[in-house]
Amino acid sequence: MIMNKTRMILAGGLMAAMTLSPVQADEHSGTYAFDREGQHQFIQFKIGHLGFSYLYGRFNDFDGEFVYDAGNPENSSVTVTIDTASVDSNHGERDRHLRSDDFLHVDEYPQATFKSTSVEMHSEEHATVTGDFTLRGVTREVDLDMKMVGHGDDPWGGYRMGFAGTTTLTLDDFGIPKDLGPSAQEVEIILSVEGVRQ
Amino acid sequence: MPFRNTPETFGWVSIVLHWGVAIVVFALFGVGLYMVDLSYYHSLYQTLPHWHRSAGLLLSAVVLLRLTWRFYSPPPEPLPSHSANDQRMAALAHWVMYLLLVGMFVSGYLMSTADGRGIKVFDWFQVPSVTGQVKNLEDWAGDLHYWLAWTLMGLVALHAAAAIKHHFVDRDSTLRRMLGLSRKD
Repeated sequence: MIMNKTRMILAGGLMAAMTLSPVQADEHSGTYAFDREGQHQFIQFKIGHLGFSYLYGRFNDFDGEFVYDAGNPENSSVTVTIDTASVDSNHGERDRHLRSDDFLHVDEYPQATFKSTSVEMHSEEHATVTGDFTLRGVTREVDLDMKMVGHGDDPWGGYRMGFAGTTTLTLDDFGIPKDLGPSAQEVEIILSVEGVRQ
Repeated sequence: MPFRNTPETFGWVSIVLHWGVAIVVFALFGVGLYMVDLSYYHSLYQTLPHWHRSAGLLLSAVVLLRLTWRFYSPPPEPLPSHSANDQRMAALAHWVMYLLLVGMFVSGYLMSTADGRGIKVFDWFQVPSVTGQVKNLEDWAGDLHYWLAWTLMGLVALHAAAAIKHHFVDRDSTLRRMLGLSRKD
């Protein structure tokens, strides 16, 4: 009896899924929260050191979500909030310096935010995401060169979608006063995130 | 001059330790304030913090020695002309200065080793980190280091002002006996 009931439910579910799938062409539309819990989200930065090499660092604590509109991807949007004090370049004294008013001034500006304002699709996976980036109290429009890495069911019952992209910021544009030399005027920001559909 | 302190005056070991520590503390304070504002391309940008950390750690050993010596060879009796209140305040200031010095050593060490790196002492030997990497430890240890330094300097100024007052106003031997000069009384 129990077996039969289970089979019936399974069959019913399968039929429902088959009926629905052609209708739901936009099945991967939705709101996705960054996978902060599982730490599948990265904001790395890369800046020249004296012109001899690159220094990489990251922000350990940030949060965000994106809304993906599969029918019209240009309607999609993303917001990111970064805890600036979580800057981590794997060197304690340098990190303390980065948090000081020479750089991020985290006591005064504990958060940096990004809010997209428009999305321009170049291909199915590739887009320019334009938005307002606020850092150290200065808001500027920046373009993120984004690529959709992939999306689909994860092995644990959720639905995930991930993006990776970069933008380049000029330190002086955001009022960062410390001069690190001619090869360190700009910093490249790499955003690589996986969202879990809510 | 005696080697050890006597009930009347300081011996030369205590005198050398007192003035030696004072000179190094002033140097560390000055260098500390100066080095954090150097431009990135200044030739001493790396060197001064290296010397500061090295000298600070060596000084911590000297202060430990000084406290041990103080135990084996206690300071002379306070001058009879000093009031009971003056004696209490002086003793309190001395012990708080020791405490601030220890606070400086600990906070400076923690700030520089908060990422698990050890501290190289003048390319002579390395003191390892005991904490390993601790999130944001460098921040509060660094802030503490800064404020303890100013507190210590404030108390040092008071200590010096008191010594000068005893010398020029009270005209007693407080400063003379720390300079190894003969007592007046």
